[in-house]
Amino acid sequence: MSANTASPSAPYSAWSLPRLSWRFVPVWRRNFLVWRKLFVERLLTNVVEPLLTIAAFGYGLGSLLPEIDGVSYLQFLASGSIAMSVMYSAKFESLWGAFSRMQIQKTWDAILHTPLAVDDVLLGELVWAASKATFTALCILLMIWLLGIAREPLSLLVLPASFFIALVFAAMALIVNAVARSYDLLSNYFTVVVMPLVFLSGVYFPLSQLPDWLRAVAEWLPMTAAVNLVRPLALGRWPEHLLRDVVLLGIWGAACFAIALALTRRRLLK
Amino acid sequence: MGPMDTAVAPAVLVDEVLAVRELRKVYGGAPVVDGLSFSIRRGECYALLGPNGAGKTTTLRCCLGLTQPDGGTIHLVGEPVPREARRARIRVGVVPQIDNLDPDFTVTENLVVYGRYYGLGDVEMRDRLPRLLEFASLGHKKDARISELSGGMKRRLTLARSLVNDPDLIFMDEPTTGLDPQARHLIWERLKALLARGKTILLTTHFMDEAERLAHRLAVIDHGRMIAQGEPRELIRAYIEPQVLEVYGDGAGDWAQRVGRSLVSRLEVTGETVFCYATDSSRALQALELQPGLRYLHRPANLEDLFLKLTGREMRDES
Repeated sequence: MSANTASPSAPYSAWSLPRLSWRFVPVWRRNFLVWRKLFVERLLTNVVEPLLTIAAFGYGLGSLLPEIDGVSYLQFLASGSIAMSVMYSAKFESLWGAFSRMQIQKTWDAILHTPLAVDDVLLGELVWAASKATFTALCILLMIWLLGIAREPLSLLVLPASFFIALVFAAMALIVNAVARSYDLLSNYFTVVVMPLVFLSGVYFPLSQLPDWLRAVAEWLPMTAAVNLVRPLALGRWPEHLLRDVVLLGIWGAACFAIALALTRRRLLK
Repeated sequence: MGPMDTAVAPAVLVDEVLAVRELRKVYGGAPVVDGLSFSIRRGECYALLGPNGAGKTTTLRCCLGLTQPDGGTIHLVGEPVPREARRARIRVGVVPQIDNLDPDFTVTENLVVYGRYYGLGDVEMRDRLPRLLEFASLGHKKDARISELSGGMKRRLTLARSLVNDPDLIFMDEPTTGLDPQARHLIWERLKALLARGKTILLTTHFMDEAERLAHRLAVIDHGRMIAQGEPRELIRAYIEPQVLEVYGDGAGDWAQRVGRSLVSRLEVTGETVFCYATDSSRALQALELQPGLRYLHRPANLEDLFLKLTGREMRDES
């Protein structure tokens, strides 16, 4: 007992590797319990918003447009909008949700007084945001089935793909959360970063419409990879560059989570 | 190996629940905690007193492993902190300065969800719940939302929440700040019940009467250093004359300079009040009887006198 106290403990660094463990589960369950209590009112936003997008753009605008890559514009948009809604859902939960738990309600402070560490809290938030986003994907998928826009068994793979994609965007949003001092930064980030990502991702129109240089940039963006994965799956086909898109998203996700964790540790363990 | 090992004294005595040695923490070049050492024995209530910015909260955060010290060692329930802070926190409870109860949950849900962070299953928590609710006198509110609770009820729930893991040591950071007198007395009574059950408490407070009532031992800290440590009564005896006269009213300062000064051993002026400290105050009392324009309060010396003597009377801004 006495021997190890004489030597100074290893220097602490906010940038040390993430220590992932199953201790994140109670954090996930906490958020799930809140969500379950507010289920009905939240369900409405989950369903109505994508339904409006599909109705307005798909049925309205789509009837005026030609087919894209052999599918109707309605199918093109509906399948792509799953990726978009998954991203929005993950971002929203990791921005406004996480920020209010961290900064306003001080829920994270309370958790950090228990045996849990910042790593556990952040992983819990990440997995929770991805879970919630996957539920959103399920809602849209059901709509696409019910409306008969597409009904392929392969489209069930949209769900695991959505979970994976949501992890990436939640991790990215948690970086912003870690440096935000008020809700203002969250809104600015949404307008300045997230919206352009969506327009460059091929949700509303194929990337072939972009100028070459912009298209070259867009191909390395995570939102583009997300659309490339989800759209064919929703329409019952295998993604063309499955491995490339998965690896690209994996790198974005891992890097963003490591940065988010380091910045959050620096903020909370000062 | 070799001389290093044998030269080191045992870092933790068996009955020390918390041992802090030469703790240092520097923010932006300025030391906030500057070589602080103290230890807490099993079953005692130990209070940290100090003005705003004295380093109390930083010390607590270091002890919990939430802030990295720049020097010194900490042993919390026998574990070296920060290295084994997570393991140590399994046996520690915390009542934070600001309530951070979950507003979306009921009273019961707050306790059950918090128990999960300690790995306590819902079945186990169901066994513990009745006692926790009873301890907090919140049995009749167990399904109430947090927004329906009074300030005192929220504090009691926070207190009960800090006990879900049946901790050995409880950190209480200003547990009664912002409560009305009735609610404060109820909290004090609960803390005494905890001490009677053999729990150990580390308390920080601004309220001298709170420290005097609850603490077995206390430390006065300022600028991150310990100025005095001991049992409250002993400390007052050691530093302050036993009798105090607080004189106020028109001409109090004038009277103090002309007459009072020669009758007591020490005078201090705060605002309009003159504090007269004396071993025997009878002569000053007689002199005051001749001054119908002055009002006074005659009382024994208390912890507040000690605190003000040691940390000075000037106002401190909130840090």
